[in-house]
Amino acid sequence: MEAIKYTIKDFKSENEVRWCPGCGDYAIMNAVQRVMADAGIPHEQYAVISGIGCSSRFPYYMSTYGFHTIHGRAMAVASGVKCANPGLTVWVATGDGDAMAIGGNHFIHLIRRNIDLNVIVFNNKIYGLTKGQYSPTTDRGFKTKTSPYGTIEDPFNPGQLVIGAGGTFFARSIDGNLKMSQEVFAEAMKHKGTSIVEVLQNCMIYNDGVHDQITDPAFRAERQIILRHGEPMIFGQNSEKGLAIIKGKLKVVTIGENGITPDDILVHDALEPDPMLHLALINMNLPNFPVAFGVIRSVASSVYDEEMSVQIGEVQKTRKITCMDDLLMSGNTWEVK
Amino acid sequence: MKEAKVIELEEVAIRFSGDSGDGMQLTGTLFSDAAALMGNDISTFPDYPSEIRAPQGTVAGVSGFQVQFGGKQISHPGDLAHVLVAMNPAAVKANARFMNPGGTIIYDEDAFNEKNFRKAAFATDDPFTELNLNDMVRIGVPITSLTQESLKDLGLDNKSILRSKNMLALGLVCWMFNRPLDYIEKFIRNKFGKKNPLVVESNLRVLKAGYNYGYNLQFTTPQYLVNPAPIQPGIYRNINGNYSTAWGLIAAAEKAGLKLFVGSYPITPATEILQALSERKDLGVKSFQAEDEIAGICTALGAAFAGHLAVTTTSGPGFALKSEALGLAVMAELPLVVVDVQRGGPSTGLPTKTEQSDMLQALYGRNGESPVVVLAASTPSDCFWYAYKAAKIALERMVPVVLLTDGFLGNGSEPWKVPTMAELPEITPRLAKDSANYKPYARDPKTLAREWAIPGIPGFAHRIGGLEKSITGNVSHDPDNHQINCEIRENKVMRVIDMVPDLEVYGQDSGEVLIVSWGGTYGHTLSAVTEMRKQGKSVGLAHFNYIKPLPANVADVFSRFKKIIVCELNLGQFATFLRSTVPGFEYHQFNKVKGLPFTVSEISEAVNKILEA
Repeated sequence: MEAIKYTIKDFKSENEVRWCPGCGDYAIMNAVQRVMADAGIPHEQYAVISGIGCSSRFPYYMSTYGFHTIHGRAMAVASGVKCANPGLTVWVATGDGDAMAIGGNHFIHLIRRNIDLNVIVFNNKIYGLTKGQYSPTTDRGFKTKTSPYGTIEDPFNPGQLVIGAGGTFFARSIDGNLKMSQEVFAEAMKHKGTSIVEVLQNCMIYNDGVHDQITDPAFRAERQIILRHGEPMIFGQNSEKGLAIIKGKLKVVTIGENGITPDDILVHDALEPDPMLHLALINMNLPNFPVAFGVIRSVASSVYDEEMSVQIGEVQKTRKITCMDDLLMSGNTWEVK
Repeated sequence: MKEAKVIELEEVAIRFSGDSGDGMQLTGTLFSDAAALMGNDISTFPDYPSEIRAPQGTVAGVSGFQVQFGGKQISHPGDLAHVLVAMNPAAVKANARFMNPGGTIIYDEDAFNEKNFRKAAFATDDPFTELNLNDMVRIGVPITSLTQESLKDLGLDNKSILRSKNMLALGLVCWMFNRPLDYIEKFIRNKFGKKNPLVVESNLRVLKAGYNYGYNLQFTTPQYLVNPAPIQPGIYRNINGNYSTAWGLIAAAEKAGLKLFVGSYPITPATEILQALSERKDLGVKSFQAEDEIAGICTALGAAFAGHLAVTTTSGPGFALKSEALGLAVMAELPLVVVDVQRGGPSTGLPTKTEQSDMLQALYGRNGESPVVVLAASTPSDCFWYAYKAAKIALERMVPVVLLTDGFLGNGSEPWKVPTMAELPEITPRLAKDSANYKPYARDPKTLAREWAIPGIPGFAHRIGGLEKSITGNVSHDPDNHQINCEIRENKVMRVIDMVPDLEVYGQDSGEVLIVSWGGTYGHTLSAVTEMRKQGKSVGLAHFNYIKPLPANVADVFSRFKKIIVCELNLGQFATFLRSTVPGFEYHQFNKVKGLPFTVSEISEAVNKILEA
């Protein structure tokens, strides 16, 4: 029997999409729908769960099962969905505020448990739905409606939280790069455990151009490095630059200068359990480093929802109590005649 | 040897009391189980401090466990104790006010020394005079030194030896109440078994030493005989309210043919329900100890969306944290059971003490028009039935249900005639079957309940959420639609009335005074009515388990009495609710917020005042 081929249309709902014209969310949704179609899994086997924020309207635009929940709680609700039915492929759409401010606790504990969810963090470094207040990823000093003189707090880097919470999968993409988004979403879906994908996303209305420094076509090659497992960490207009460890520190080097040869360039190992280099890659920032994209970390570890079923199965193998009537009559009972 | 003084009683209340590290809860539980096995009806009341180990020897650190057992139906753990077992002076101080006049105090005379008098803040070296307890039968027993003596050749360090002190007291009390030690011996062997034979040996030795001490000193100890209670034939077990709640939920899932999911966060006094459910992996229960109360209810809600019988368990402060997500359950119309084991509030309040002050929170504590079904259990064992019923209503009507129990019910235990699954009513979840015509918010015209379509099943894919929606589940901001939906959600809850039995009146069917109570006060209000009727008073009792919706015949019952007095462990929440939902009556109130259950005598007093007014 031939496998059924799905198309992107199979994953669109009848609802009119109501994000602002030019919003980065459109491209992200397209990428998700294409990945879902390519996976060959029918739409009813997917559940898309979201919290509150612009990105959280996501489920309404999908033809899958969907639950638009409350602010910050998507990951907790999705954890319940996945534990109840591990057979479902569960996606979470969340934003920087939803995931790392009001929902911060659920974010780190989801990662710690390693429940098999695919989480897209739409990071536009601003609160869009409430019209322009700073978020937990807004850069220090940035002026917004609630920081008219600039923020006086440092932002979270989502990847640092993933590593800090013992995460098994972290990838980064950017809304304008549909191909890269598809590639990392497909990897996220394949990964067993919690997959966190940070997508740098533009908010046309309240934070337009927030990622321009990274995306500017004139400098893109110098400012972005796309990491792929097993490939050398090379970037630059003519692929002349690379990342190397020099005297114990991660450095940008140029091949051919200062005696650097291609052999000195690091080869990306996303599967390495030791998170040290992954963290260094996550932390890279302009102007001294390019920003890292692609699957930065993808390591195998035990998965909570699987273990939950396995543990129940193990206990049931040798169980003495097989039904409620057994339980009611177990232990210390006595008969009154 | 002189003949022992034997006292025959219908019912006896014993209070075990000592430092919170003295093992008084275990001592009390073991004695209660032994009494129940002898065929007594029992009711227990653990009363412990919220600090796990408050400073030793102080009044703040006293932990108590009261059990009443007897030869007739026992509805409550007893207002006042006949016997107090006090392991130190602080225990006497903490419990003096709970003693029956002429009662017996058994105390560890080794612990009655200068140091401990100061720790318990006695002004003199004569605590009994200071507390005006000289009319009590006082029995000083060298509990500490007897324990040390019986274990001296076992090579244990002094700390380990002292840990067995509670067994000496237990053995002594077993002798006093003619309870054989078999059950307790079996328990100790099973608990410490092969792992720690030395612990088994030391505990058993001390237990027997206590028993024998009682036997040898018969001439100074009045012995009590309590005869077995006349109860219905059947298989019985002892159960506390938290366990019976957990088991009721498991039973409901089995009956409904669903998996049970519990998402909870530990909180006193509800934690034990989560523990009891976590023990039941053999029955396939999925237990999820969440990172916080919010994640507890949210994971449960996710499991409800995915087709499980979903439950979250908590107490007042945790219930407050769950409010927003409970509103989402109302809006999404998913089946969910929320158990609130109420404790003293507000805020952290009195974590280990009982209260009934979350009723209005359950009814109204959410943003927007957010109706839920509210039930309240009334005894430790009927928590089983009301948990079962809560699940039945949630699954058949696609509505969140709040079950209110309380610390008194949760920790208290009583013998329970166990049901069989065959005796329990069917539960039929509203699973969607017709995919061609499925609309997430299409409703049964009679009950207004929607259908439940489980993710993974082809043909039913749909989206739901916290925004106001149309029949398709899609977002709607239409003004008329919002009004209609608010009314539907309210009416859907009110139509659960067809699953609510009529209110029954105990005692007089009509007359001078109707006592109205709800939830965990049942044992005390019932006993009060029974006693007052013996005195020829014209009194009835209407006890409520269904709060929203109320039973259909409430106004009819109320109209048959001249006066109504609402007795509750808060400042008048049910009375307030009744004034607005069953208007036209004058509701007198009797309220107590001391973190303690009612006593029968204070209820009688309150009713007498109303009768005389």
